[in-house]
Amino acid sequence: MQVNTEFRPKIVAFCCNWCSYAGADLAGTNRLQYPADVKIIRVPCSCRVNPLFILRAFQRGADGVILCGCHPGDCHYTTGNYYARRRMTLLFSMLDFLGIEKERTRVEWVSAAEGAKFAATMNEFVETVTKLGENKRLEDLRCKKS
Amino acid sequence: MQRIGVFVCHCGTNIAATVDVRAVAEALQHEPGVVISTEYQYMCSEAGQNLIKDAIRDHALTGIVICSCSPRMHEATFRKTAAAAGLNPYMVEIANIREQVSWIHKDIPAATEKAIVLGRAAIAKVHLNAPLKAGESPVVKRALVIGGGIAGIQTALDIADAGFEVDIVEKEPTIGGKMTQLDKTFPTLDCAACILTPKMVDCAQHEKINIYSYSEVSEVKGFVGNFRVTIKKKARYVDELKCTGCGLCTEKCPQKKVPNAFNLGLDNRRAVYIPFAQAVPKVATIDADYCTMLKTGKCGVCAKVCTAGAIDYQQKDTFVEREYGAIVVATGFNPIKLDAYEEYAYSQSKDVITSLELERLMNAAGPNGGTLLRPSDKTHPHTIVFVQCVGSRCDDSKGKSYCSKICCMYTAKHAMLIREKYPDTEVYVFYIDVRTPGKNFDEFYRRAVEEYGVHYIKGMVGKVLPEPDGTLTVRASDLLSNEQLRIKADLVVLAAAIEPDKSARPLATMLTASMDTNDFFTEAHPKLRPVESPTAGIFLSGACQGPKDIPETVSQAGAAAAKVIGLLAKDKLTCNPCVAKSDELLCNGCSSCEKVCPYGAITYVDKEFRGPNRTTLLRRVASVNEAVCQGCGACTVACPSGAMDLKGFTNSQIMAEVDAICK
Amino acid sequence: MDARKEEILRRSGVNVRKCMKCGKCSGTCPAYDEMEYHPHEFVAMVEKGEIDALMQSPSLFKCLSCMACIERCPRDVAPGKLVEAIRLEVIRQQGMNHLKADAIPALLDDDLPQQALMTAFRKYSK
Repeated sequence: MQVNTEFRPKIVAFCCNWCSYAGADLAGTNRLQYPADVKIIRVPCSCRVNPLFILRAFQRGADGVILCGCHPGDCHYTTGNYYARRRMTLLFSMLDFLGIEKERTRVEWVSAAEGAKFAATMNEFVETVTKLGENKRLEDLRCKKS
Repeated sequence: MQRIGVFVCHCGTNIAATVDVRAVAEALQHEPGVVISTEYQYMCSEAGQNLIKDAIRDHALTGIVICSCSPRMHEATFRKTAAAAGLNPYMVEIANIREQVSWIHKDIPAATEKAIVLGRAAIAKVHLNAPLKAGESPVVKRALVIGGGIAGIQTALDIADAGFEVDIVEKEPTIGGKMTQLDKTFPTLDCAACILTPKMVDCAQHEKINIYSYSEVSEVKGFVGNFRVTIKKKARYVDELKCTGCGLCTEKCPQKKVPNAFNLGLDNRRAVYIPFAQAVPKVATIDADYCTMLKTGKCGVCAKVCTAGAIDYQQKDTFVEREYGAIVVATGFNPIKLDAYEEYAYSQSKDVITSLELERLMNAAGPNGGTLLRPSDKTHPHTIVFVQCVGSRCDDSKGKSYCSKICCMYTAKHAMLIREKYPDTEVYVFYIDVRTPGKNFDEFYRRAVEEYGVHYIKGMVGKVLPEPDGTLTVRASDLLSNEQLRIKADLVVLAAAIEPDKSARPLATMLTASMDTNDFFTEAHPKLRPVESPTAGIFLSGACQGPKDIPETVSQAGAAAAKVIGLLAKDKLTCNPCVAKSDELLCNGCSSCEKVCPYGAITYVDKEFRGPNRTTLLRRVASVNEAVCQGCGACTVACPSGAMDLKGFTNSQIMAEVDAICK
Repeated sequence: MDARKEEILRRSGVNVRKCMKCGKCSGTCPAYDEMEYHPHEFVAMVEKGEIDALMQSPSLFKCLSCMACIERCPRDVAPGKLVEAIRLEVIRQQGMNHLKADAIPALLDDDLPQQALMTAFRKYSK
């Protein structure tokens, strides 16, 4: 099997402001390394993430999307992460049906104290997506820069 | 088209060492709308801020992007900078190139490239930013203190002395908390009751303080400045207003076999009880688990003897709803259960006790009237072994990972008091480290060793073996003389780890205040905001935030009170302007958003719209209460027609960020 | 790091750095009085890389493998596993004869199953 060592995936991470973004900050403060392929978008809560954002990411050539929120029961807005969990379960199974492997999408709970978990999750996610290779499904070729 | 300024911070070498800041500034210079792109050593310094202000004025900027540390760190700083230069503070976006780039990557080209992408995303977002204006909400000038221990009492007194109303909610029949159970306090050895009970009385008599004893918080709604709290007053089957606290019922009640929780079950009390003589409020309470009248309907002795007619078997739990501007959590701690440490034989022998039990045994109001006697046979113990760090400083699989902080000092106190009162007693203390940071603390510990001859042995007890003759064989290592000791002890005292009270977790959920993995409340900043929760309007006092001794608890309680006073002194609070907004023309009145809103911020109103041919249409549309909305965005996703959006994080803004990142 | 120390740590799965030197393992050990090096010293000595001294010490085989130190260690360090790992290191030494045929008659015990003797002989005679 030939492995393309040049391939670096594009990963979009949505992080809620209160837990996961703070967890990412803690990973930084503790100098915990994870690949530069992960780019974080700050949202107030995981429930702010519209499924359309994720579809848009895949359309624009993302290879993996991860949504991070507070642990169930710890949401700053009490119930936001429950909404996110339900919405993403539906969306991800639909994406799977459309041919975007389930491994390319993920919901993970990271608290503000879990810098190490954030870094470990990102390392593992990038590795998984790298193995899967480039995502072609849903990609809008018109958006691609030649 | 926006006129955007980009400012890249070196953060000394924190960013500049891993990110080629000049290359970032140059790359972002060519982004659409960018009129100036520059870098500087410390953007957050006064010189750096002046640089930004000058650029805003000189280039007539309409939006700025700062590539620097996390927005959680300096977003507020740069918003103020923008406002000072006449730019709307919400036209500022931060690209986090420190925590998310320079600190976690080592490869300079890769880090620089990522910094550029994050900068582009921020520029893409700021293009779609709109000036926002923060609204205002009134502040209810009353504070709620949850927990009536020394932390809650001190906080309440300090707030009340500043002239604000305070309610204390205490789940036990009396305020006072753990400190009421203590005998003496270190390092001065003054009696706990002598210094605490006057404060309890002050609370009861203060015109601004209202005590809800035997009550719990059952629901919290609202937000900073406007909390609506439901307090459940548990039925105590005694009318608080009529009861004089004479105590006659507590003497006549025929149910004598109730473990006395105040003395940690070391003796018994009646089914109707007043926890201790100085209880505040001094009102009897019937223990429904043991009262024969409440269980079988046959007895009624207390009602017969009560001359005030205060006994009321029909009493039910009642609920009170009150409004507060601020809430202070002071839920305190408990010693852990020792079931997992079978090697110390705590459950096998009555003579293996916890330090808190020892406090009761030595207290003049305790089960033995202050004479130290073994619980098993009521004889005087001659050899006493203290074991430190029981359940503290453990691997997560074995106990609590933290140091419980207070044990070293109270053990020194116990050892000293015992040696003073009973010089014929040999006292051994097994320690791993003796930790005595604090004013006069180490001197106190040295006094125990040097003046009182307490045997401090570095090493840990491995096993406590109850012998048939009633003694306890303690097997322990003495690390310094490298031998294994076998001590025949009469009493073993375990310094059990302390943990947050069990009521704290459900309370944190109600308050949406965050907690750490040990169930201690998290502070907003571990160094700079130690008495505030990250949730606005929630403050922390005492051991609910971490293990603390009394002096530290009292100082933190005062600090929390100062923060509360600072909040209550304001007449209005500025609200977060990043709230939901509904486009009335798109809204179809389906109620989806109303159902998902956790704050009840969305209501529906009938509104007139202009229809075709000069007609008027009456349509039902969503309306957001900006003072109540907290800006989570749940409604924006639920809205099927795309009418709902979140200011500051609009759909188009986030889409633009996604596009910029995936480009 | 010393390769043998690394091997001992890998084989035992013990993280000696977690030890907070409380001595509870030695307070617990029933074979303490028989030992030259005690359980807490095993941990400290492995950390310092003094494996040779441990391998030569009779303490190694005085440990009863009762696992009390593993059970009670507050930091989950498991000194008993280190002892096992160092024992294996001794057993696996090539050309080292730890049980000589001549020594056996003196060790014989009627209650000792022959099989145990054979196993020990196979194990320790290399």
